[in-house]
Amino acid sequence: MSGTSAEACRPITVNGQSRPLPSPATITAVLEQAGLADRPVAVELDGEVIPRGRFAECRLVGGERIEIVTFVGGG
Amino acid sequence: MNVEPSAVAEPLLPQEADTPLVVGGVTLTSRLIVGTGKYSTYAEMARCLAASGTDCVTVAVRRERLVNAAGENILDHLDPQRYTLLPNTAGCFSADDAVRVAKLGRELLRDLGSTAADWVKLEVLGDTRTLLPDPVGTLEATERLVADGFRVLVYTSDDPVIARRLKDLGAASVMPAGSPIGSGQGILNANAIRICLEYLKDGDPEYPVIVDAGVGTASDVAEAMELGVDGVLLNTAIAQARDPLRMAVAMRDACSAGRNAFLAGRIPRRRYATASSPDEGRVN
Repeated sequence: MSGTSAEACRPITVNGQSRPLPSPATITAVLEQAGLADRPVAVELDGEVIPRGRFAECRLVGGERIEIVTFVGGG
Repeated sequence: MNVEPSAVAEPLLPQEADTPLVVGGVTLTSRLIVGTGKYSTYAEMARCLAASGTDCVTVAVRRERLVNAAGENILDHLDPQRYTLLPNTAGCFSADDAVRVAKLGRELLRDLGSTAADWVKLEVLGDTRTLLPDPVGTLEATERLVADGFRVLVYTSDDPVIARRLKDLGAASVMPAGSPIGSGQGILNANAIRICLEYLKDGDPEYPVIVDAGVGTASDVAEAMELGVDGVLLNTAIAQARDPLRMAVAMRDACSAGRNAFLAGRIPRRRYATASSPDEGRVN
């Protein structure tokens, strides 16, 4: 396996769970796979909050840690 | 018996003489801030929020479900036009975690087009059993969030010295706990709350001080408001009441009653009786 293909196979971690790198490798694709594309969510990529406007352009290479959060009831 | 009609036709409306609560540049019509947790359904939550009269509600930030994520979202039941959403950092036990969650909450609000996206209710907790704040972490997180442009409403203990330091760091509101979160013990140390008020409002009477946590029933809200705090934040006392909707009404009324009583000014406590009826003209 070449270095490039091994890189392409590296999974990502979404909300603590391992997920295969989607194709195209974008945050938009990650959200679509989870059925969250049109939902009120905020996304953090390796500790940095990513505005919705950058979801499509943010390229993932594998190994990233992504957090997808929303509002829930709380006091 | 004839009653002069004008005596009843124009009742005094003391609330008209009150100024609205302004926190971090946001004007609220209600002095109750109500949490959205622990309701049995979102529909019940929505009814209770409406009945409470609140126009500001707290929400928590949590991981979205990755399976069956298309289910209900709390935002399907909360109109951001009607309620100012105040994200909390509940469940954070370090300044780092709280700052991280605050930023995610801000992004969620921005995405909703909120005009108060930089609002946050900061909680940095010290202990899972008491849920009391970690004062050191709370001070650190307040400083970092203020520097990042947040308007920070800070959950803290009733310690007046910490309260003053939080205000000095730029907190938009200091929010001392009446008693531990969800404990329903009411205001355990009214004297400490009074000193907090004195310190925080010294030379700055409009500075908003909000009792956050510990309310068990309506009289606790009235007591807090009578002490002179600007508002009360509560959740469990409504959500876990036997009849949450009725308790929401009670909280609304208690908040109004306590505020009016504070503005009206209570009479001094006296050891002995003073007759309300005149001594003069007694029949004997």
